[in-house]
Amino acid sequence: MPGETRLSVRNLRKSFGTHEVLKGISMDAQDGDVISVLGASGSGKSTFLRCINLLETPSGGEVWVDGEQIRMLHGRSGSRPASRAQVDHIRSELGMVFQGFNLWSHMTILQNVIEGPVHVLKRPKAECIAEAEELLAKVGIADKRHAYPAHLSGGQQQRAAIARSLAMKPKVMLFDEPTSALDPELVGEVLRVMRALAEEGMTMLVVTHEMSFARNVSNRVVFMRDGIIDSSGAPEDMFGAGASPAFRQFIGHFGNPQ
Amino acid sequence: MDFAFLSSTMVTLIRALPTTLVLFSLSILFGGMLALLITAMRVSGIRLLSGFARAYIFVFRGSPLLIQMFLVFYGLGQFGVIRYSFLWPFLREPMVCAVLSLALCTAGYTAEIFRGGIRAVPAKEIEAARSVGMSGLLLVRRIIAPIAFRHALPAYSTEIVLMMKSTALASLVTVWEVTGVAQRLISQTYRTMEVFLCAALIYLVLNFLILQAMNLLEYSLSRHRRPFAPGLRA
Repeated sequence: MPGETRLSVRNLRKSFGTHEVLKGISMDAQDGDVISVLGASGSGKSTFLRCINLLETPSGGEVWVDGEQIRMLHGRSGSRPASRAQVDHIRSELGMVFQGFNLWSHMTILQNVIEGPVHVLKRPKAECIAEAEELLAKVGIADKRHAYPAHLSGGQQQRAAIARSLAMKPKVMLFDEPTSALDPELVGEVLRVMRALAEEGMTMLVVTHEMSFARNVSNRVVFMRDGIIDSSGAPEDMFGAGASPAFRQFIGHFGNPQ
Repeated sequence: MDFAFLSSTMVTLIRALPTTLVLFSLSILFGGMLALLITAMRVSGIRLLSGFARAYIFVFRGSPLLIQMFLVFYGLGQFGVIRYSFLWPFLREPMVCAVLSLALCTAGYTAEIFRGGIRAVPAKEIEAARSVGMSGLLLVRRIIAPIAFRHALPAYSTEIVLMMKSTALASLVTVWEVTGVAQRLISQTYRTMEVFLCAALIYLVLNFLILQAMNLLEYSLSRHRRPFAPGLRA
């Protein structure tokens, strides 16, 4: 339902040893929001994304997914999730797309896509295969369903990885620099799939360096700097007169996005 | 060439083949199961368990299999606890002693081979599995074990061949397998060359079959490393 909060992050903190990478990040994503997270490397944007599905354990703060808070224990020896089962459940509701695709190399593309639905969600295999074939057609690689990841180009692998995430029917999709490992000529095919997803109303959080995506597809842009949110807002404002000096300087490195 | 002698020797040795095969398959089976346990302890991250696994691997890789076998066969009976326990009827059987020591020993080697396989599983693929909500046994069963096993297979097939040859040691604890029967024949006929050549031939054929089977298994598990279809990809 539009207007419902799908993801809520409150004062999220993360330290590696004495180095504080996230210094209190707060953000909400409503249903259908497409949020681009921008920032220089080292600004903490990937860590932020990875803390949401607990691939990194946050040192403090709260994460709520679709109204359910991830319960954490904060002890002297550090923080840890209170319940592994809850973490697994939350992760099954969050799609994650990695920079390096991270497909399972020993499985075909189709097996990659049905793996989660069949073995995590315990849904009937025939049903999952039918859905997976639809998803693969949607991302344009239906003909590759019996190929293995090593047989695909980077762009095709990333589209397969997106299909794998979508097969879980996630409430929010997290993208961790999905096009950064791709040759320039393959970036477009992945961005087209992401744009189509956005237009269907998928709630998305996208860490990216693609300024055109941030500007033209997302409805909110968040700029991170040194572990904090420097500024955020609608792309028209962020890329227009309302930009903070730091953001203006940051996008200066990319030239003028179309 | 005395073909009549060679063929009668061959027939006698082949009658001992089932014993060799039982030794081999039971020790691979139990050794493999024990290796899984040791590997799990070794990579558990729990210091007590991984310490035990390290010690186990060190002891069984670091001492001669023959001595291990003698210790099991001659040594265990000296302990009253064992001699008067319900296990004794089993442990006084040479066959049981041989399988036990072969399995204990191969478990040490195999555990290290499996551990190497696990270390070769890409962290990225494990992370992807976690991100869809897999953890614990499901993660091991669906992702880690299949990938690790593929990596471990070449080294594991070498270990299996070594085990086939190690069954010959069981003859020294009075198990009448192929090598034991060959020695008995030699002591009756004094024709060392012919008898041992026949025995060697039997082991060669067995290992040839084992290696063929392992190659087939490896081939069928490595489709992802071969071209998708001819012409599609160089």
